[in-house]
Amino acid sequence: MTETGASTAEAAVFWVCAVLAVTGGLGLILSRRAVHSALWVALTMISLAVLYLANAAPFLGMVQIIVYTGAVMMLFLFVLMVVGVDSSDSLVETLKGQRVVGILLAAGFGILLVLAIGTALSGVPAVGLDAANAEYGGNVEGIARLLFGEYLLAFEIVAGLLITAALGALVLAHRERWQPRRTQRELSEERVRSGEHVGPMPAPGVYARHNAVDTPALLPDGSVSEISVPGPLRARGDLRPVDTAAVAETEALASGRAALGPADHPVADDPGTSPGEPR
Amino acid sequence: MSEMTFNDPWWLVLLKVIAIFAMLVLLTLFTIWWERRVVARMQSRVGPNRVGPFGLLQSLMDGFKLALKEEIIPKTAHRAVYWIAPVISATMAFIAFAVIPFGPMVSIFGVETPLQLTDFPVSVLYVLAVASIGIYGIVLAGWSSGSTYPLLGGLRSSAQMISYELAMSMSFVAVFLYAGSMSTSEIVAAQEPIWYAVILLPSFLIYVTAMVGETNRAPFDLPEAEGELVGGFHTEYSSLKFALFFLAEYINMVTVSALATTLFLGGWRAPWPISLWESANTGWWPLLWWLIKVQLFIFVFIWLRGTLPRLRYDQFMRFGWKVLIPASLVWIVIVAAARVVRNEFSVTTQELLLVGAGALIAIVLGSWVLQIRTARQEKRELEEAAAEAAKPFDPYAGGYPVPPLPGQEFTFTSRRALAGATVAGTTVTATDVSEAVSGEAPEEETHA
Repeated sequence: MTETGASTAEAAVFWVCAVLAVTGGLGLILSRRAVHSALWVALTMISLAVLYLANAAPFLGMVQIIVYTGAVMMLFLFVLMVVGVDSSDSLVETLKGQRVVGILLAAGFGILLVLAIGTALSGVPAVGLDAANAEYGGNVEGIARLLFGEYLLAFEIVAGLLITAALGALVLAHRERWQPRRTQRELSEERVRSGEHVGPMPAPGVYARHNAVDTPALLPDGSVSEISVPGPLRARGDLRPVDTAAVAETEALASGRAALGPADHPVADDPGTSPGEPR
Repeated sequence: MSEMTFNDPWWLVLLKVIAIFAMLVLLTLFTIWWERRVVARMQSRVGPNRVGPFGLLQSLMDGFKLALKEEIIPKTAHRAVYWIAPVISATMAFIAFAVIPFGPMVSIFGVETPLQLTDFPVSVLYVLAVASIGIYGIVLAGWSSGSTYPLLGGLRSSAQMISYELAMSMSFVAVFLYAGSMSTSEIVAAQEPIWYAVILLPSFLIYVTAMVGETNRAPFDLPEAEGELVGGFHTEYSSLKFALFFLAEYINMVTVSALATTLFLGGWRAPWPISLWESANTGWWPLLWWLIKVQLFIFVFIWLRGTLPRLRYDQFMRFGWKVLIPASLVWIVIVAAARVVRNEFSVTTQELLLVGAGALIAIVLGSWVLQIRTARQEKRELEEAAAEAAKPFDPYAGGYPVPPLPGQEFTFTSRRALAGATVAGTTVTATDVSEAVSGEAPEEETHA
């Protein structure tokens, strides 16, 4: 770059961003975690955006960051986080010798690219974008003129393709409802009309000794309130048995009689015993 | 690149950078105090009033205390990412301010320079770009903490900020169309006769809504909903790293307020009664007008927090995607059409307004008629649905596992069962089969 008359500041920006971009590329291939790879790609994208900025293409640079780093890469990251692709990949070769062949092919392609671009660009004077930017009064205006003038048809075709893709995604993600969705209001009205249990379900463990979800709440008379335990646990029979002695002790304490000794009753809810085990 | 720094000497650039940094830190300290005092007043409390005059130094002391606290890093955290997330958040919050114009040309140590660090043809896009990198800080904090609540908070915030950034950037389009530029200083200059908040009111309202969502503030503070997610993405952060997130949140508030001021409230230009005074828009005065306008927005933030409960997540997303974004699209089309009509045909503003008013009346009347019709239709549909719901629901109609369409009857598709039925010489009814398939497992009764 320096021999084509770029300023030292521009050369400095180039060398910093080029190194960062290549580091990001290498990091993408070499990191074991999918999320780390995504971050390295983001670094590469931002470095490229800075290079565009330095080369008098501010609009392209900003759009690069907003669209690629801000939206596309963020969606990747989002999916990685939702799916939980977290563990490192297995490094066992499933196809024999594929790694050697892959490295050779990649190296060959790389050399080809460097040579082709290098010969195509060597000896070509750097024109820069200043003249192109000045033609229509600015970088944004110039891009707009080209996009909505000369390349309008291509632009419209791409727009049509994108809309088709979006519609396709809509159709794929569409789910036919086979019953009307009941609103919160309908559900609450139904609950009141049924007259069974209007309020929220009692929390597990109230008046009992634990607040674990499998400990049923005790009603004032000492009996168990089954609805206080979540349905799936009830269905599996995972109700923690009630410590009757503890209930008696509580009752005794509440009625003002002398406290019973702790050794008077067997330890009922010892955490070692599995919940749901009949006693 | 030379036009990016207004040809300032290097020491002036450095001075502006330091001044902006100091102003943002001071504004953060002030905003925290101001928020606590205002919310306290709204809740009939006093608020911090012990440290310094009116408790003004409270947030400074809190900051010191926060920095000196013990730092706890979870064992499951991914160290490098965990470390860099708050740095990204805070850095991006600061550098977004580079393109905000604070005032007109002033003289600093004998050099004539505008009160703005830098400006380029796409500086509003620059703010958007920086904001979208800032989201990484929050998302990565959520992921790298290695804990459930932060992960959920990070997921929520990435979904939320992307959705609201769309509405936000769409609200800019009308401003760009009117100003004919994306540079902040030119947008301020283009608001010389009238503010865009007045002529582009829908854009302004959409932006103000989206900016609350973008900064994760109440009533859109779902990523850090303390009732559900403890602290959201920053649950596992403590000490100085948490302080960085805190700082970033408040600076982001100032940034979006400053952007709203720049794009819609005429930037540093004096508001109407003051603008009658000749030298209101010269010298250092505009800095004061700017500060007042920004503080107005920050007060709105606090006011919202003190007034509105948090939205439910699905309502929040539905509002963003089904209300804000379509509304801004329709508004952009209207603005663009108006621009084209004014440019292509010789129409005065008055005529355009008249036609617009006529169209508005037609739309209102049309929607009224349409509403009556749809209301009737809805009533009929409701009655039909009620009649449909009165019938017993048969989930196996149409054949397992394909769910039936409304009104579809049970059809017998199992050939084996059909063959067995004919061999046995009995007729199989629909209810028999559906009961056989869906027979509920008997519930176990286990308790002492």
